[in-house]
Amino acid sequence: MKVQARKQPFLKEFTITTLIKIAGYSAILFVVMIFLFLLLEGLPALRQVALDSLLSDRWYPVEDHFGILPLLGGSLLITLGATLIAVPFGIGTAVFLSEIAPRWLREILKPLVEVLGGLPSVVLGFLGMLVLSPYLRVLLDLPTGLSALAGAVLLGGIAIPTVVSVAEDALDAVPKSYRDASLAMGATEWQTIWRVTLPAASSGVLTAIMLGVGRAIGETMTVMMVTGNAPVLPRGLRDFLSPARTMTATIAAEMGEVANGSTHYHVLFLIGILLFLISLVVNVIASAVVFRQKKRQDRILS
Amino acid sequence: MLPEPFHHIIFVMKTRWLAIILLFCMLIAQSSCAGHASPSAEKSTHLGTIENKGSDTIVNLALAWAEEYQTIHPEVHLSVTGGGSGTGIAALINGTVDIANASRQIKEEERESALANGTEPVEFIIARDAIAVIVHLDNPVDYLTLEQISDIYSGKISNWLEVGGEDRPIVRLSRETNSGTHVYFLEEVIRLGEKENTTLFSRDTLLLPSSEGISAEIRQNPNAIGYDGLGYVTEEMKVIGVATAPGGDYIFPSQATVNSGEYPIARDLYMYTNGQPEGMIADYLAWILSPDAQSIVTELGFVPIKQ
Repeated sequence: MKVQARKQPFLKEFTITTLIKIAGYSAILFVVMIFLFLLLEGLPALRQVALDSLLSDRWYPVEDHFGILPLLGGSLLITLGATLIAVPFGIGTAVFLSEIAPRWLREILKPLVEVLGGLPSVVLGFLGMLVLSPYLRVLLDLPTGLSALAGAVLLGGIAIPTVVSVAEDALDAVPKSYRDASLAMGATEWQTIWRVTLPAASSGVLTAIMLGVGRAIGETMTVMMVTGNAPVLPRGLRDFLSPARTMTATIAAEMGEVANGSTHYHVLFLIGILLFLISLVVNVIASAVVFRQKKRQDRILS
Repeated sequence: MLPEPFHHIIFVMKTRWLAIILLFCMLIAQSSCAGHASPSAEKSTHLGTIENKGSDTIVNLALAWAEEYQTIHPEVHLSVTGGGSGTGIAALINGTVDIANASRQIKEEERESALANGTEPVEFIIARDAIAVIVHLDNPVDYLTLEQISDIYSGKISNWLEVGGEDRPIVRLSRETNSGTHVYFLEEVIRLGEKENTTLFSRDTLLLPSSEGISAEIRQNPNAIGYDGLGYVTEEMKVIGVATAPGGDYIFPSQATVNSGEYPIARDLYMYTNGQPEGMIADYLAWILSPDAQSIVTELGFVPIKQ
């Protein structure tokens, strides 16, 4: 009896830990396999299409023009715009929720922000197509409202809940004693937020921004519906007001059409690799910055 | 009550269980998917289902036909989806559909890759369609020549003033490149049907993923010009009269002008099968070409093929 009683929990423990280990490692395995698959399908494009053709500024795959620069430019332009909108609004909302808002207001606002994050992107796209872009056209006297700006505004809206949610958690984790100390030394509430709380939560806030950027650059449906999808290489900030085409929208719009194994098919996968690398770089930069800050904090504390 | 640390342990165990249950659900879902995928790839002809996919231009027509046919022949199940002509033909090549709808003829390289894959596309002309050039209701321009439309879309003309309109920039709207309408418009309108002409759409042409995208923009933007199948034109937009040559008659698209050959931007609509159709697919295609089915063509704003 006694032996059994001891053995059983051990067996249970063993199975469970093994299963959880498998689940954990499988994430790594999946990422590696996805990347290998992308490489396998995308790298043939480099052999089939000359490099100067890939780096040209004309994307028109029907006639074998495979310049991916306009798509890369479109994605970066719209993501930049979305970040410029999402960061101040997102962090502002997070600061308000965690530092300023009374408890009852916070209990209402936080779930609402999360509902906003759960809105299907195609619904936002519809709104953008029928309401935002006509409005932008009249307001700014543009030839058409289907523009990079419309995409950036909507993507900003999509990224805000992500930024708010993560940044608010980070601010919440700052010990109350920090704020008390600051206020006790005569700092105003604003000085406390700006000089003490935000810097103390900076690594979490930075993660929030990076997650927001990642959310924006990967979004597909909304941008496809509101940016007009014209593959024009952006040459400056003025191009916010003209149409643009992103990498994600290009893959979504064209992947259904291509014959399996054609040059166009491989180039679309090459764009997929590019997207993968961009989000990888964003993540690596984020964790590198967080890591450096942690080390600095350790130094200060020790 | 348990002491404080045990709460934590119970919580951890709970989340572990949750993770395990999730993992099992995923495994089960995956294996059932895998089990499902192999037979569905092989079915194609027998089970009483006809898979029909392709051109968004034809999708409403194909749906109307399918509904009507299923009331006559309840034993046949028809499944109709859109996605664009290229999508339909790609699906035919990969063997996932029985009939591909296309608003353009199959391309030479598509035929080659089909043959390489062991499929042999057989063509049927099932209806005709006029492509209407459309603008905002307030746009004062009523008529354009084919050459003017070509110059507008290739970027040579960028202001409505140049074609007798107001001083406004021209915003060019087009369907995505996987649409058969896009390819037809490029070859027959922008390149004026000339084989060695390599003019392209102007770079800043907006490529919209749906007909609804085009009509939404045309409805509210007086700068815009677009094109779409006659079946998609509503009263909220203005149809342009088109002349083949300057000084020629300006013709509006309609059944009469398409059948008489006067309206210049009209094309055939196709269905493709894998090899000569047999059994219920052959029956269905024969019915489509019958007067009964062709009367539905008229109701939806397309032009029936001449009997």
